[in-house]
Amino acid sequence: MTVDSTAARKPRGGKRAGAKKPAAGAGEPELVQLLTPEGERVEHPDYAIDVTPEELRGLYRDMVLTRRFDAEATTLQRQGELGLWASLLGQEAAQIGSGRATRDDDYVFPTYREHGVAWCRGVDPTNLLGMFRGVNNGGWDPNENNFHLYTIVIGSQALHATGYAMGITKDGADSAVVAYFGDGATSQGDVAEAFTFAAVYNAPVVFFCQNNQWAISEPTEKQTRVPLYRRAQGYGFPGVRVDGNDVLACLAVTRAALERARTGQGPTFVEAFTYRMGAHTTSDDPTRYRRDEERELWEAKDPILRLRRHLEREGLADDEFFAALEAESDALAKRVRETVRAMPDPESTAIFENIYADGHALVDEEREQFIAYQASFADEESK
Amino acid sequence: MATEKLSIVKAINASLRTALENDPKVIVMGEDVGKLGGVFRVTDGLQKDFGEDRVIDTPLAESGIVGTAIGLALRGYRPVVEIQFDGFVFPAYDQIVTQLAKMHARALGKIKMPVVVRIPYGGAIGAVEHHSESPESLFAHVAGLKIVSPANASDAYWMLQQAIQSDDPVIYFEPKRRYHDRSEVDTEAIPGPLHTARTVRQGTDLTLVAYGPMVKTCLEAAAAAAEEGRNLEVLDLRSISPIDFDAVQASVERTRRLVVVHEAPVFFGSGAEIAARITERCFYHLEAPVLRVGGYHAPYPPSRLEDEYLPGLDRVLDAVDRALAY
Ligand SMILES: Cc1ncc(C[n+]2csc(CCOP(=O)(O)OP(=O)(O)O)c2C)c(N)n1
Repeated sequence: MTVDSTAARKPRGGKRAGAKKPAAGAGEPELVQLLTPEGERVEHPDYAIDVTPEELRGLYRDMVLTRRFDAEATTLQRQGELGLWASLLGQEAAQIGSGRATRDDDYVFPTYREHGVAWCRGVDPTNLLGMFRGVNNGGWDPNENNFHLYTIVIGSQALHATGYAMGITKDGADSAVVAYFGDGATSQGDVAEAFTFAAVYNAPVVFFCQNNQWAISEPTEKQTRVPLYRRAQGYGFPGVRVDGNDVLACLAVTRAALERARTGQGPTFVEAFTYRMGAHTTSDDPTRYRRDEERELWEAKDPILRLRRHLEREGLADDEFFAALEAESDALAKRVRETVRAMPDPESTAIFENIYADGHALVDEEREQFIAYQASFADEESK
Repeated sequence: MATEKLSIVKAINASLRTALENDPKVIVMGEDVGKLGGVFRVTDGLQKDFGEDRVIDTPLAESGIVGTAIGLALRGYRPVVEIQFDGFVFPAYDQIVTQLAKMHARALGKIKMPVVVRIPYGGAIGAVEHHSESPESLFAHVAGLKIVSPANASDAYWMLQQAIQSDDPVIYFEPKRRYHDRSEVDTEAIPGPLHTARTVRQGTDLTLVAYGPMVKTCLEAAAAAAEEGRNLEVLDLRSISPIDFDAVQASVERTRRLVVVHEAPVFFGSGAEIAARITERCFYHLEAPVLRVGGYHAPYPPSRLEDEYLPGLDRVLDAVDRALAY
């Protein structure tokens, strides 16, 4: 179900992304779904999508490799190689579907959990691990893949995304921006302000909220009394709720939202209704606030299993495909493990690097003092 | 006797429990403080015993947490809010600085602002970005706020009691790396005043001033220096705003040398304020310039470098050597 905005502007390019249905009434909305949990394709009037068998296998591969990468990172944390890990387990479809909807010249602003989106943007997954290992506070060049650094402060990046999108409009370009955040983040002032700016400046930005039901220990009900996707209406742009465990629906809905953005019709809020199957992070203990039965319910809706069922029932992938993918997963896991273990600690003087683009006298002075101080130990040892 | 050996976490928990029991106007609020008991378990069990009306899981919105606490205080409540980590106080910084701090003055003293903002702060826990900051100076610079930081379980218990009873806003910085250090807490004692410093080690050669997480480091440094025949005095400041300059002055007049130690960056830090005041007050007593040991003018580094960034035993002793060399 979609909620259309009365404030939607006329498209610049004259293209209209298809008339949307009027606002949903009270009660729980339907999710946009194109693939049932049993793996059956279903149609949706607003979000028709053609995908080739090869594309389907590609989406499946993306999800499987992302999950394997994530599992490996969790293991590496348990083995003490990473200080922390924020797992995406259960959110693969939301991330791969939306990530694959982006174009190279689009720009993505993630939180700290968008490992699948990073994968779609071509970021080497091992680059994501540096900050979790504690060797850097970022780890990649955001402009290389138009994938911004992870943002830990909740909601901040929604404003950066909106500003970036405003810049795209000023440049007369037709690319778009996706801002990722969680359901908890929708309570932050920054997110509300991002909605306001995006609406007022008709910015080409898609707000992609993965409602994984929890903000650490707090369920979504502690953040909102209305379904989140309906918030958008009050700001004057459309809100859509999509089955976040359905990779096809996530792809279709994000594609349509990006198309709206590209054609001058402004922002869209997408609420991907999904579930965090694991802990919030490796530091969290979900048994204190959540029941196992809940996870079991969602396991039945597993995004990867769902596409696998579809591939199998339609005969779109054979044993050879699955076996090859398994081998590829193993190889990825091995590469990740080896790369992380070999990841050196930074030089201690890295503390003073890249603080200012133009330098700073105090930093120079402190660096010199630091080096001299460190050297004094070396002198001691050599005595 | 109600004396018990408690960790700082348990002492704060016990203190909140006492406050909730004693005063129906006390409210605990913050992210995950309910069922989870906070990410550090400081509020463990409180919601179970006092209900969701008194121990409130708030939406994920720090400006909202402090802003509504101000409103609750205006209505006669005494909110004790938890900011989950130091680096996440900044969405609330606006409310704290522009509203909470100034409300009493703007109302010509007619309204009170009994709000406590609890912030776990400081590094050395191997965390990711924004989880190891020491922003106390950013608050100390603001008139209208009081700032304290306990260094042991007894102070953790009593200073929180006193902060909650205070009609002024108090920022209560919890040294998270010391959360699990245990010491004696007498919950029936009569506590000393909230904003006085305490001599935690007597000495004659030099004064080390610290607060929160660095008190223990300074005690260790003093113990190490003692092996080299140096007798250091260690002062636990306890309160960062106001600062008990009289206590620092009295100590420096005896030892004639002062080293201030904190985790926060030295540049424009609390050490600068102490150095300036003590230089004014003790110019003719000082045998050496007041030295400061702290973080660099650099963002808090990734965890693999935090040991280099944070003042440890060696850096404190190095400053002691330099001060004694004058
Ligand atoms: C401003 C701020 N406050 C608090 C935190 C601590 N924190 C980290 S993640 C999190 C919950 C986030 O929930 P949600 O936005 O739903 O995203 P999810 O992690 O579930 O994807 C909290 C409270 C933070 N990172 N930033």
